[in-house]
Amino acid sequence: MSLDLDDLDRAILRALTQDVTQSAGALGRRLGLSQPATWRRIKRLEGAGVLAGRRVDLDQAALGFGVTVFLGIKLAAKGRVSLDDFERAVTAIPEVQVVQHVLGLFDYRLRVTARDLPDFERVLRRRIMTLPGVGQVEANVLLSEERRPGPLG
Amino acid sequence: MQISDADRRILRQMMAEPGLATAELAERAGVTPATCWRRIERLREAGVLRAEQAVINWQALGWEVEVSLRFTLDKTDPRAFDEFIAAARGVPEVIEIQSFLGSTDIRLQVIARDMAHYQEIYRKRILTLPHIAELDALMLVATIKSSAELAL
Repeated sequence: MSLDLDDLDRAILRALTQDVTQSAGALGRRLGLSQPATWRRIKRLEGAGVLAGRRVDLDQAALGFGVTVFLGIKLAAKGRVSLDDFERAVTAIPEVQVVQHVLGLFDYRLRVTARDLPDFERVLRRRIMTLPGVGQVEANVLLSEERRPGPLG
Repeated sequence: MQISDADRRILRQMMAEPGLATAELAERAGVTPATCWRRIERLREAGVLRAEQAVINWQALGWEVEVSLRFTLDKTDPRAFDEFIAAARGVPEVIEIQSFLGSTDIRLQVIARDMAHYQEIYRKRILTLPHIAELDALMLVATIKSSAELAL
């Protein structure tokens, strides 16, 4: 069951995906809404699970994490490998930020962040290649990234 | 900017639980609230802390299908990357654009309401993007882990 959004809801969502720290009062003033009306709309979006949390956007390179790699992983012996075991082991690796189970050429997509290429190689060899059931691995080094507002138009 | 141990502790706590009030964040990071506030302001000004953003759950809005599309571009044309990315920005259902060094040149994260809708977007908006040499699709089954945490 999906929630019906009007233009104001969409404007609120667009604004909060840019900066979630702005107050309901400040956000409402820009949209021509009162603080209580804005607050009620935000609560409704939270209640419906549309606002699903927050992310902190950091300049990773400035913090010494210069390399992000996307990995496609195919499990070697399907049927004999427990997906639960693989998932438990892979999510425990601190350098692995994202794990997604997918259908297609690969079984899993990972996002891995490391200090530099030698650090990434260490993670790949010691942590990824030793995962239970891991088969073919494809790596692509991230050059640039942008998040789009999506269909909130 | 020089990142201090206090900065690292604050950022680690912020990443672990975004949205904590400054007082609580300060306590967990072992600094005074005033120091915590000042450090966060400094990290913001230096561009290390770029933003705190809300995450949208598209499924809760009825967007049930999510696909990772991986493209190899025809790089004989030097404008291939720029023109492809500019065109991809014009597709509202594209929620992420990444470029890579590797066998994949560009990845688009695309959402759709259902499979029929995805098929329509794929045919009308994706296959018509310029300079595509090859593409493959990974359909999202489940997100097992998603964090922005760094091993600071």
